Amino acid sequence: MLGFSYHKICTLIHGMAFGGILLLVFPAILIGLWSLRQGWITSTGSKAYVRLLAVGAWIVAVLAWLTDIIGSYVPYPWYRVRPEWLGVKEPVDLTQFPRSFLLADPNLALWEDFGMEWKEHLSWIVPILATAVACIVTTYGARLAEEQNKDIRNSLMALLTIAFLAACVSGLLGALITMLAPVR
Amino acid sequence: MNSTEQTIINGRAAAAVLAAGVGSLAMGLFTTLKAVSKTIKGFYVFYFPTGELSGISTLAVLTWLIAWVVLHSSWKDRQVNFRKVFVITLVFIGLGLLGTFPPFFEMFKVFRG
Repeated sequence: MLGFSYHKICTLIHGMAFGGILLLVFPAILIGLWSLRQGWITSTGSKAYVRLLAVGAWIVAVLAWLTDIIGSYVPYPWYRVRPEWLGVKEPVDLTQFPRSFLLADPNLALWEDFGMEWKEHLSWIVPILATAVACIVTTYGARLAEEQNKDIRNSLMALLTIAFLAACVSGLLGALITMLAPVR
Repeated sequence: MNSTEQTIINGRAAAAVLAAGVGSLAMGLFTTLKAVSKTIKGFYVFYFPTGELSGISTLAVLTWLIAWVVLHSSWKDRQVNFRKVFVITLVFIGLGLLGTFPPFFEMFKVFRG
């Protein structure tokens, strides 16, 4: 389809669609939480504001889960497959086997040994943190704006910031590895 | 906003936050353990095409969910020291992040023998 193989389309859905939108929505929710303070929002607007914030937080959580689950079970197996597993005989075109391609070149091996190893594990922390934030925003709602609950609000911003940074690192490593050794 | 502030029970939030820390710690711990032993690494392969990542992520998510259920049922109607819980959570997340960092967990390969 338009020069994109099925494998490439799935990789794009994982990285660009789900992962890309996730990174775009993250800062919006962070700003939304930061702005959730008594006196900053009118009582009329608070219900709609908090509802929107909860929906946004759940979008982040769901996108984080989808990005991780699809990434780990759809393109990742294509990335890590080895020629011998498929019974491919010499000479092997390693460009069809991204992980083997990286490991075969000492200049590129670090992208697998460090880059992919870190990305694949780090990224699973993101949905765990994002789900906790979404649940708390849904449970406590507008009460999070109260001064006495600022510890909870601040903790949500901290968790979301950590999740955002972890998602940025994972996304960047994924994009760079895909540039060097794309799934075909 | 409602001008009359009411004391809200923070136990549910504390349970969710601490459970997220436990889940992150579990992810780091299980990742580090794969470097320690080939047997553990092999045990993690729940789905061959994805390799040990399938087991590490599944076990970490299960640990997180179990921790959440246990903490929630214990704290849902209680007022807890949220700051203390949050500091512990940050320590857990920090250790979890460290555990997923390859230069750290690769150090444990010496135990493989």
